[in-house]
Amino acid sequence: MSSNEHTNHQISYGTYVIVWLTLIGLTVLTVAIAGVNFGGIALILAMAIAAIKSTFVISYFMHIKYDQKIFLVFIITALGSLAAIFFLTTFDVFFR
Amino acid sequence: MSDNNMIQEQAIQEHSHSHVHRDDIASKMGMWLFLFTEILLFGGLFLLYLAYRFQYSQEFFTSAKNLNIVLGTINTIFLLTSSLTMALSIAALQRGNKKLSIAFIISTLGFALGFMIIKYFEWTAKFAHGIIPGGETLTSRPHGEVIFYGMYFSMTGLHAIHVIVGAVLILFMLRFVIKGKLNKDNYQRLENAGLYWHLVDLIWIFLFPLFYLLH
Repeated sequence: MSSNEHTNHQISYGTYVIVWLTLIGLTVLTVAIAGVNFGGIALILAMAIAAIKSTFVISYFMHIKYDQKIFLVFIITALGSLAAIFFLTTFDVFFR
Repeated sequence: MSDNNMIQEQAIQEHSHSHVHRDDIASKMGMWLFLFTEILLFGGLFLLYLAYRFQYSQEFFTSAKNLNIVLGTINTIFLLTSSLTMALSIAALQRGNKKLSIAFIISTLGFALGFMIIKYFEWTAKFAHGIIPGGETLTSRPHGEVIFYGMYFSMTGLHAIHVIVGAVLILFMLRFVIKGKLNKDNYQRLENAGLYWHLVDLIWIFLFPLFYLLH
């Protein structure tokens, strides 16, 4: 009867360590390319790497990959709302 | 109603009495809803940053050069590693390995402390150069630089408060795990504290390139 069983998915220590290594690798990458002059796309590149890192943290460390789908729906709704606010404000700021 | 049904009902009642009611999924859901409000809080600040960055791009680039990339990178690695040890502490507790779980929780707290110590040195170095919010040296600089440092201090400051709150939460969880209140069959609170801690890490993942890595 315990609803505990559903959340009881165990992720191996090794998986966590691999995710951590990936995150450290992406951090080194983002610092390394900061020295290169990419001009206008530098911000987009840095944010893309940050987004990839976030996906790893949310999927593995925050267990979303193994949780019920409803949590993923929640996150997509929340982040989608935030993205809409960013999108609309950006238009307002640039085409004023 | 048949006797059979009565007995079944009684059995269900007894069964539920033998458990303290606990709904881990609802608990986790509540935590996530709270995290969304945090995302909106920081989201607003990121939006403000974005608008100012395009308005004062030159001043933002000049001021960002004064931030210490090495310290920023070390702090990023500290937070990422603390996220790892936090996740590992839950994994260890799920497997019933209390000692290992405690060791991982303590290392998480250690990395949090390391982060705050570096933050302290970063901020005091800025203060020593007269870069204090509202300070004379800072306000005499170009408007865009004042805004950059205003955003830097408010966003990393708010983030640092979250680090402290997260560390206090984790300290309580450490106590619960030591006392056995959190264990192999009851670890949701540790997981919720972990979710909060990972959020703190997530926000830093964006703060770091936005403030330190402008060139």
